[in-house]
Amino acid sequence: MTLAESRGIKGPTEREAPAEHVGKRAHPGPVEYIKIGSILAVITAVEVGIYYVEAIEDALVPILIALSALKFSLVVMWFMHLKFDSRVFSWLLAGGLALIGLLLVVVLSTLGGGLV
Amino acid sequence: MSHAPAALETSTGLDNRKLLMWLFLASECLLFGSLIGAYLLYRGQSVVGPYPEELFDIPFTSVSAFVLLMSSVTMVLALAAIQRGDQKGLRIWLLGTALLGLLFLSGQAFEFTEFNREGLSLSSNLFGTTFYVLTGFHGAHVTVGVLILLSLLVMALRGRLTQGQSMNVELAGLYWHFVDVVWIVIFTLVYLIQP
Repeated sequence: MTLAESRGIKGPTEREAPAEHVGKRAHPGPVEYIKIGSILAVITAVEVGIYYVEAIEDALVPILIALSALKFSLVVMWFMHLKFDSRVFSWLLAGGLALIGLLLVVVLSTLGGGLV
Repeated sequence: MSHAPAALETSTGLDNRKLLMWLFLASECLLFGSLIGAYLLYRGQSVVGPYPEELFDIPFTSVSAFVLLMSSVTMVLALAAIQRGDQKGLRIWLLGTALLGLLFLSGQAFEFTEFNREGLSLSSNLFGTTFYVLTGFHGAHVTVGVLILLSLLVMALRGRLTQGQSMNVELAGLYWHFVDVVWIVIFTLVYLIQP
């Protein structure tokens, strides 16, 4: 019997709620990761493909931004596990993105510049 | 030999290292957002060449973007491997991720060299300044990521990265995926969308 056990102190493995278990679901496995990777590869191919299509030149910017946002979401939700981990991490990322979004809107609308 | 999970109770119920990594990544959003904002602000403002449309090689950069994207897949496969105690898989996927990162960096070095040969330097025009600073900072982050991956690989080869220490791989993965999502944004806003 260890000194800690003799004093009735529980070890880390006996504790009821170890860290990283708050609001957490099991992470996906290799099959899901490969599926998401395949989807990301297809989206990248589509992005590059439509870049050369002159017929959709007017709609190119919103389409490219939508596809980029989709890729961004897939990586942060599945590979960075925001879909499965605590919401706290999602709020931290959302906070950083909101701050920089606000800064970009203010700077670009005040000083000029933009996407196109 | 695998160890028991090293999770300890915290006041938030979350792993402090993971919380700190997410705080760091949130601050990195501001860094890269500012650099992207500066690029957008000065886009099309250069009064002398060379201009982006004369330099960008979209097929080449698309392959680089694909390489970095696939490195994110190998990174999560490394994490999945260590979480199930597969040491061989961990080593293979960590090595694969580091090699893909090095391939991306080689492509960036080649691109910078070509652009420089065409007359684009850090001080040649506003495009050169904002482009090199933005993509250079990203490349520096990829370099740091590769060094972290190689350190983890050495630890794994020496048997010092066990199933119970999978959080180390998860934290490195978070950083690596963040570098990847930054490139997703740069690839679209800088390369594909041009004035």
